[in-house]
Amino acid sequence: MTPLVEARELAVGHGGRALIRGIDLRLEPGRVLCLLGPNGAGKTTLFRTLLGLIPPVAGRIELAGQPLPRLSRAQIARHLAHVPQALTTPFAFTALDIVLMGAAAGLGPFARPGRPEADRAMAALERLGIADLARSEVTRLSGGQRQLVLIARALAQEAAAIIMDEPTASLDFANRVLVGKAIRRLADLGTGVILSSHDPDQAAALGDHALLVNRDGPIASGPVSRTLTADNLSRLYGIPVRRETGRDGRLHFY
Amino acid sequence: MLVAGAAIGPYALPLGKILTVLAGDRSDPQAATVLLNIRLPRVLAAALVGAALAAAGAAYQTTFRNPLVSPDILGVSAGAGFGAVLGILMGLPVLGIQALGFATGLLTVALVLGLTLALRGTGQVLVMVLCGIAIGALAGAGISLVKLLADPEQQLPAITFWLMGSLAGVKRADLVATLPALLIGIAPLLLLRWRIGLLAMGDDEARAMGIDATRLRLLVIACATLMTAAAVSMAGVIGWVGLMVPHMARLVTGPRFDRLLPAAALIGAGFMVLVDTAARTIALMEVPLGILTAVLGAPVFVWLLARGARPWSE
Repeated sequence: MTPLVEARELAVGHGGRALIRGIDLRLEPGRVLCLLGPNGAGKTTLFRTLLGLIPPVAGRIELAGQPLPRLSRAQIARHLAHVPQALTTPFAFTALDIVLMGAAAGLGPFARPGRPEADRAMAALERLGIADLARSEVTRLSGGQRQLVLIARALAQEAAAIIMDEPTASLDFANRVLVGKAIRRLADLGTGVILSSHDPDQAAALGDHALLVNRDGPIASGPVSRTLTADNLSRLYGIPVRRETGRDGRLHFY
Repeated sequence: MLVAGAAIGPYALPLGKILTVLAGDRSDPQAATVLLNIRLPRVLAAALVGAALAAAGAAYQTTFRNPLVSPDILGVSAGAGFGAVLGILMGLPVLGIQALGFATGLLTVALVLGLTLALRGTGQVLVMVLCGIAIGALAGAGISLVKLLADPEQQLPAITFWLMGSLAGVKRADLVATLPALLIGIAPLLLLRWRIGLLAMGDDEARAMGIDATRLRLLVIACATLMTAAAVSMAGVIGWVGLMVPHMARLVTGPRFDRLLPAAALIGAGFMVLVDTAARTIALMEVPLGILTAVLGAPVFVWLLARGARPWSE
């Protein structure tokens, strides 16, 4: 099967200087790939490269088997959607206004979203259980609700895969659980998800695969149970880490 | 608003008379002359200038993601002002003054964009705005120099009055000369208005949603500059409209640019006709528009804020 996103021998960085080298990754439909690494390891830079926002320093990226440099902005957007760390706009858009923006890649330059786009936006909000917030101004929503609105926008973009940059980083415990469940549900329905996280417990709970990266480069890559080991995480963060399997069968790190 | 603006003035024109003259009745030549050659061009010019400034302001506030931005953020008003006062200093005819102002307005923004490019900040909105402030300050210095050099009896009052904005001398020819630039400026904004709204989310997000953000913003800047330069070269420097009217419109339509742009243009047109009508009727002499927009606009603006209507986040 052709992976949704595939990168080989990828080096990413700014102005031709590589921050990380030698990244190989593959994302299949319905899978969650967790990217773990300390601050400054280049996780966001990797995401921006995969989205075609900055060119790679070296290596190849393919979306659904097509080389990234040959795709237009709208074509990339149909393969791969982006959920930023936080919703930052100075204006009080409604949640529905924001989700409607996801339709841009499928609309002609002079078109405005109509009935079908509004229906799809509402369906995306419903899938995340926040349809009742459609008319609310996003400036009045909680951090967790805003994150769900951004995920709904990515769904409305109807891309096969979604990249999420620390989707739960700024959220409280309850919202983290809420957003985490929503992400797992998306994947179970067939969307591929790449997300970065600072929480190995969350990566173990959500992820199918994990990619561990620090300033020295990739530490480990593969299925969660094999990559998220005490050894690998100790090397990743440079502090001793221990792993324990809880009574529910989940992995916990401390 | 347009009809009221046409009716009110030192030579009052009742509504019935306006209609009969417009229908082609020339039995009252004086009324026809006043309406067709003076009043109507002026009211239309006010509406166009107001619509242009408000539309340009709304476009800039959205694409620069900043509710405090006005159309002169990239120096277009200061640039056009410099060209126009230079034209007055050189004793050019009115059309020459306008043409020079229009040209220097466009040139100023071209210079700002070129400088931004040279500093390798193409996508960098902040670099662009700072360049605009720098070049705008230079143009302001140029205006001060021209004032210093101007003949204090004749030219200086003309310069001062022009810098405060006025539609007193507008004729049909001015309107015809300005209209194409305004239409060419607003048409792409109207056509692309929904996509332009996505720039409010920031460049990376807009691009990830499939929009070529850098190119779209350049187009918005080109259109807004064209409109503002045309408006300023015809009517002088009129502040506040481009900053305040988009906020008033946002209270009606919300922040979505596809709804905001037409509303801002209409409210801007109405507001400007109102202000210009006041400018030529409240005193024996013409009151400069720049003074009135601030005097009328600032209290309305504060009142809106006090009502707690803040269509942007803090």
